[in-house]
Amino acid sequence: MRKIVKYILLDILKNKIVLVYTAFLLLITLSVFSLEDNTQKGMLTMLNLELFIVPLVSIIFSTIYIYNSSEFIELLVSQPIRRRSIWLSIFSGLAGALALAFIAGSGVPMLLFERSVISMMMIGLGVMLSVIFVSIAMLAAVTTRDKAKGIGMSILLWLYFSLIFDGIVLFLLFQFADYPIEKAMIGVTALNPIDLGRILVLLKMDVSALMGYTGAIFKDFFGTQKGVLLSFFVMLLWIALPLLYSLRKFNHKDL
Amino acid sequence: MIEVQHIKKSFGKLQVLNDVSFSSPGGSCIALIGPNGCGKTTLIKCLLGMVVPDAGTIKIKNEAVNKGWEYRSMIGYMPQIGRYPENMKIGQVIEMLSDIRMYKAQRDEDIINAFQLKKLYNKRMGTLSGGTMQKVSAAIAFLFNPELMILDEPTAGLDPVSSELLKEKIQAEKRNGKLFLITSHILSELDELVSHVVYMQDGKLLFHKTLDALKTETGEEKLSRAISHFMKQHQPS
Repeated sequence: MRKIVKYILLDILKNKIVLVYTAFLLLITLSVFSLEDNTQKGMLTMLNLELFIVPLVSIIFSTIYIYNSSEFIELLVSQPIRRRSIWLSIFSGLAGALALAFIAGSGVPMLLFERSVISMMMIGLGVMLSVIFVSIAMLAAVTTRDKAKGIGMSILLWLYFSLIFDGIVLFLLFQFADYPIEKAMIGVTALNPIDLGRILVLLKMDVSALMGYTGAIFKDFFGTQKGVLLSFFVMLLWIALPLLYSLRKFNHKDL
Repeated sequence: MIEVQHIKKSFGKLQVLNDVSFSSPGGSCIALIGPNGCGKTTLIKCLLGMVVPDAGTIKIKNEAVNKGWEYRSMIGYMPQIGRYPENMKIGQVIEMLSDIRMYKAQRDEDIINAFQLKKLYNKRMGTLSGGTMQKVSAAIAFLFNPELMILDEPTAGLDPVSSELLKEKIQAEKRNGKLFLITSHILSELDELVSHVVYMQDGKLLFHKTLDALKTETGEEKLSRAISHFMKQHQPS
């Protein structure tokens, strides 16, 4: 399995898109921090950019990459290799490459500008989101043979997680404004890794006072060690569940 | 060596394989014949584990195909249309496969030498012609000394000289006791190679006989005539 990962990593490096992505992240991070003299504000801008760009690039690049390596997959399936190793190798290669790109492009400069818990959390979040959206891309790519459909599905999934989900949450908040739903909202955030990450970092930044009563409830939950650990666990689930489900599908797929 | 029992497979509504069973010991050369779309390639892909059958069992050397994967190290497969990573070079593909299979023994490079592929090692797979691609597929199929060779339309797209070279190699390996499973529509060239014939139609296996038995039964000298004789008898009316 390690050997297949090696070939996939080499292939991704040759592809150069990941290198361009790293350079792009580096450019953004550097310009954000040099434009803002207040690093706290800079961090907030970085958070919003990170939550926007990282999932988008991860899911789209991974989906296209998986479709483009259909020949590679077909070649390996007829060799004495477990299907599981092939699929998990592709996952590890993609996740590793994208996580490294994030650390190199955004993580290291962030640490240089501000060495704090928030920087560490932002890096952890970026790595997590990279891996989560690779996992979701694996699921999207295995469900359909049609490349256009698969990529379309990925774009829709990204739209759902970054825009539509927030819309639904706002709608629910207004509809049930008369009821005490603050506690239920904590459960709802678990349904979206991007929101979960946003809340975790925002609470560390002490801007939760701006979020009113809901913010106080969130602070009560996510501010504690238990809350952070639980959120981390939920994020791990977001990696494992789509990946395992896609693996099951891949094991029964006709090539 | 191969045991196929009651294999069924359908793609959507289309029943591609309908209760196919056959078995064969080593040392023979089986021709898999049938009209287009009768399920030959699907059967082969089932043997390789590339297509997962809906029902039935396949055993290769007593190892069940649906669970295992090690058995594939005994198989050399030459696909009908080879699909390879486009931005890899011929040499890289061959080295990668040896590396991933962790094959340490002496590689069988007869085909590589016969087709002079080493000269083309720096060509990218995406730029190859159909015939050259077939040559690479053949080279890879023989490379790791497998006991079972599955060749799907091996000579389609090869020029006459290369096609002769490939047939010579098949003859030589047959004498070494390997089991061959060949599909082809060029029956005249199968005549010299095969010892058994499996005939499929509409996803069903119609017969599995030795070549000699088939010839005496139909009273024909040539495989092509014997098969056309048989096809006329079994024409769906």
